[in-house]
Amino acid sequence: MRIRTSHIGLAAYLIFLILPLYWMINLSLQPNHEILGSFSLYPERYTFQNYITLVTDASWYGSYLNSITYVLLNMAISLTVALPAAYAFSRFSFLGDKHLFFWLLTNRMAPPAVFLLPFFQLYQNIGLYDTHLAVALAHALFNVPLAIWILEGFMRGIPKEIDETAYIDGYSFSRFFVTIFIPLIRGGIGVTAFFVFVFSWVELLLARTLTATNARPFSVTMTQTISATGIDWGLLAAAGVVTMIPGAVVIWFVRNNLARGLSLGRV
Amino acid sequence: MEKIQNQKAWFLVLPALAVLFIFSAVIPLMTVVNYSVQDIFGQDYANAFFVGTEWFRDTIRDPELQAAFGRQLAFSVITLLIQIPLGVAIALAMPTRGIMVSVALVLVSLPLLIPWNVVGTGWLLFTRPDIGLLGVALNELGLDYNIQRNPVDAWLTVLVMDVWHWTSLTVLLAYAGLRAIPGAYYQAARVDGASRWAIFRYVELPRMRGVLLIAILLRFMDSFKLYAEPFVLTGGGPGTTTTFLSQYLATIGVGQFDLGRAAAFSLVYFLFILALSWLFYTVITRMDRE
Repeated sequence: MRIRTSHIGLAAYLIFLILPLYWMINLSLQPNHEILGSFSLYPERYTFQNYITLVTDASWYGSYLNSITYVLLNMAISLTVALPAAYAFSRFSFLGDKHLFFWLLTNRMAPPAVFLLPFFQLYQNIGLYDTHLAVALAHALFNVPLAIWILEGFMRGIPKEIDETAYIDGYSFSRFFVTIFIPLIRGGIGVTAFFVFVFSWVELLLARTLTATNARPFSVTMTQTISATGIDWGLLAAAGVVTMIPGAVVIWFVRNNLARGLSLGRV
Repeated sequence: MEKIQNQKAWFLVLPALAVLFIFSAVIPLMTVVNYSVQDIFGQDYANAFFVGTEWFRDTIRDPELQAAFGRQLAFSVITLLIQIPLGVAIALAMPTRGIMVSVALVLVSLPLLIPWNVVGTGWLLFTRPDIGLLGVALNELGLDYNIQRNPVDAWLTVLVMDVWHWTSLTVLLAYAGLRAIPGAYYQAARVDGASRWAIFRYVELPRMRGVLLIAILLRFMDSFKLYAEPFVLTGGGPGTTTTFLSQYLATIGVGQFDLGRAAAFSLVYFLFILALSWLFYTVITRMDRE
């Protein structure tokens, strides 16, 4: 009997999670006059017109590509600098290591709004304003600490004897790191890459402030659609749906490590 | 694991520090410190003059800011009081074997993968009284539900949206904590004839203590940064009922370009988060040692 109530509870929760998403998909398959004209629980005469607009209108698919570009750029930067740093934290004790590790955390916790103004001025002064690189570097604020913390969690699980054996066998540090160590933690790198991707993908405030037209993110194109008069609800819903694609495509592969990534490698 | 003393490890950390130092953290933060103690007219940085702690005193006394802080704190506490128990309950109800485990995990994590502004958009579409499923349904039931007009509706909707968005984090962490409990514990409890509640209270809850602490601290801090979702859903309104700290800061900073005030506010905000981060770090290091 108890089992049954918990099943009902779980089912109710999952329905609660899915309903708003279902509604977005439902609206995305209807033309705007039908959305406003008649209320229906499912698309009666469904159309893909909204999605066709997204892939044919340059301001939509262009900004989608902008988002993908800075997210991938951020992923490359974050992983490149985080891998050696995480290795250092997991293997060595050095002057100020604990303070440094804590300081990294404070950046992950900092509200992006605090950095808004200085970022805006800094990137304008060094000529990076409205470039993909500016957003990628700004997102390093939380993604580099995130990547270091998660990777450190994975690296601690690798026995130190592996390093020592490799050095005895005459491996240099860089050769050991690239040919032995990185393949050993590739699972962890995959999980880290996933979370770095997601947290850059979902961010709006910094991405919006640091761009104008050239590197305008998809989310900004969406928020501008809202402010315009006579909102095209169907198009907005379709745009929302396509932002779920990148996460939905890869989530299956990391499903067993989600807790580890979300807790900064501490679970 | 015993760590080797080696100062050369600094070189491995250096690239990460360089990126954070120049582009992301230190130089931008120092700019904020710089602005917070000066008065700058327009954009005339050359003629700025030192005003000491004036901006800080202004900031702390600003009634609008105090109101935003109060709203923020109330919001964060209430959302935690809902999300943590709910998350634990859902984690306990999650399947433990078979393909359903993966299906449930993927479904539960969906809200975490959606851009934050799209969370707002989704809820806007869901709650509008003319086209939204929830909005239409509530109005059909005779409730005058409208988040654009009614402050209580707006506030509650932002709260439910946050529960929708982030309870999954607690679910996933609590679920991982539960899976880490050895089967022998449950067998011992069964031998002792423990009730379901006793198993939860004396076996499961103590073993979940660590992950739950992480969940609480992460959620508290992240809810303090809340921005995009209410920005899209309500725009902070009606009035200022759903204007939280980040949005208020963005308004006076980039919106009004009020450098001194925004900077002083930023630092107070940041120090608050810093204190919480320290708490988080202490908890983590103590857990790592155990």
